[in-house]
Amino acid sequence: MELKLKIWRQKNQKDSGHFESYKVEAEEHMSFLEMLDVLNQQLIEQKKEPVAFDHDCREGICGSCSLVINGRPHGPQAGTTTCQLHMRAYKSGDTITIEPFRASSFPVIKDLVVDRSSFDNIIQSGGYISVNTGQAPDGNAIPIEKDLSSEAFDSATCIGCGACVAACPNGSAMLFTSAKINHLQKMPQGKVEHKNRVKNMIKQMDKEGFGQCSNVGACEVECPKEISTKNIANLNRFYLGTVFGGE
Amino acid sequence: MGWFIDFLTSSIGKKLVMSLTGLFLISFLAIHLLGNIQLLFNDGGESFNVYAHFMTSNPLIKFVSIGLYAGILLHAIQGIFIAIQNKKAKGRKYEVSTLKNGNWASKNMALLGILIFAFLCIHMGDFWWKMKFTDSVEMITYDGYDYAVKDLYSKVYYSFSQMWIVIVYLIGLLALAMHLYHGFQSAFTTLGLVHKKYTPIIKAMGIAYSILIPIGFAIIPLYVVVKNLSNY
Ligand code: HEM
Ligand code: SF4
Ligand code: FES
Repeated sequence: MELKLKIWRQKNQKDSGHFESYKVEAEEHMSFLEMLDVLNQQLIEQKKEPVAFDHDCREGICGSCSLVINGRPHGPQAGTTTCQLHMRAYKSGDTITIEPFRASSFPVIKDLVVDRSSFDNIIQSGGYISVNTGQAPDGNAIPIEKDLSSEAFDSATCIGCGACVAACPNGSAMLFTSAKINHLQKMPQGKVEHKNRVKNMIKQMDKEGFGQCSNVGACEVECPKEISTKNIANLNRFYLGTVFGGE
Repeated sequence: MGWFIDFLTSSIGKKLVMSLTGLFLISFLAIHLLGNIQLLFNDGGESFNVYAHFMTSNPLIKFVSIGLYAGILLHAIQGIFIAIQNKKAKGRKYEVSTLKNGNWASKNMALLGILIFAFLCIHMGDFWWKMKFTDSVEMITYDGYDYAVKDLYSKVYYSFSQMWIVIVYLIGLLALAMHLYHGFQSAFTTLGLVHKKYTPIIKAMGIAYSILIPIGFAIIPLYVVVKNLSNY
């Protein structure tokens, strides 16, 4: 299949950037990233600068791959990452516009690669449990109700890719932050530091310059792990409880 | 006090202000409509004018109305600030954009809000200002009352006999309907009030409110228009 690509090219953070058009010959069983590999091979052979894009696991678990494909973070499929998107989703002759995630807190470093350190900073401000990990405890040593562990797991599936921020018209990081907080809040180990976690992670999120949540819901639609906006509503309640609740 | 300032300047704190002032305005609108229904009575304005007199002279209601003006201003100013900040946080827009993510109203709350605000300026300037600070609204004394009241009823009928004012009202109410279509349920989400059983009820109430209340308000100018037409 022959595709026309319109790709955002930007030398570095300071460069103003522009779109460039390419043609590429792909197979429909290729993944989207493999299609870009083919393009890059072509560019290298032509002694041109290859297109920079993020990727690592290529199986939907690491959260490195990004890309906004024809206006949608991670492309047109529901519940998948860009690396899990295959070219069979397209027809020969299609034009595909590829842009980096857009948000002021995700500055473009090069071409399609954005700096998502702001997410790392949010995690470092409280998205963890401070226990000394000695030996691994016996399985089922701490009883947890099945429904609760399922809910915690649903939130825990967030891979920190940032598609929620990319999809949000306000560049808000509430879906990501709330997923992390909801995950840990439901576990006995996480409950201990819950209040400080909520306070510190929100503080850091605001400091990074993310926007406010207007409950638009675009994040939930584009999230490759289908994290629910219920996490956000819960976080609002947790935060109010933390600020106004008793010590 | 420091903790409270921290809270009010946090992203969630700012949204809480929007939510609480929004819900306050929502409850006001319902009462406002209930009172205004009296404009449809064919009693020469007696019940409406006496009610309007009560509403403007009762000290408790005067006190609440100051809260209302403050609430509208706080909601509008905060809303505009939030919208500007959000635009900055988004930065550059996409070349290709998809419209399917989230409803239109939810992404244009500030635009709808500005339309509502413009409407409010015209609305308050025509009725509230003229009644309070000018002599353009006549006095009238009804049988059985020992005091005169302003004839706001006739003023309303006069205003709605001008087609451009009726059109301004219809546009303002459409903006209000769209603002509330998203705003009503959003206010509850901002408060963290989500529940498997109750959230669907809240959402249904929000849709009903956002359609019925603006229609209720629209009936008044439309009634006057139809009445005037049938007089010819
Ligand atoms: C009488 C009229 C109004 C009512 C009943 C009303 C109600 C509401 C409600 C319930 C919300 C949702 C709050 C939340 O998301 O938590 C909201 C949001 C909003 N309102 Fe209003 N509003 C009114 C007038 C205005 C005006 C005059 C403006 C601005 C000039 C405005 C601007 C906004 C904005 C920008 C938001 C979005 C805030 C956000 O989602 O981050 N509203 N409004
Ligand atoms: S919530 Fe979803 S979209 Fe956002 S970072 Fe996590 S996995 Fe990605
Ligand atoms: S490359 Fe790891 S999730 Fe796509």
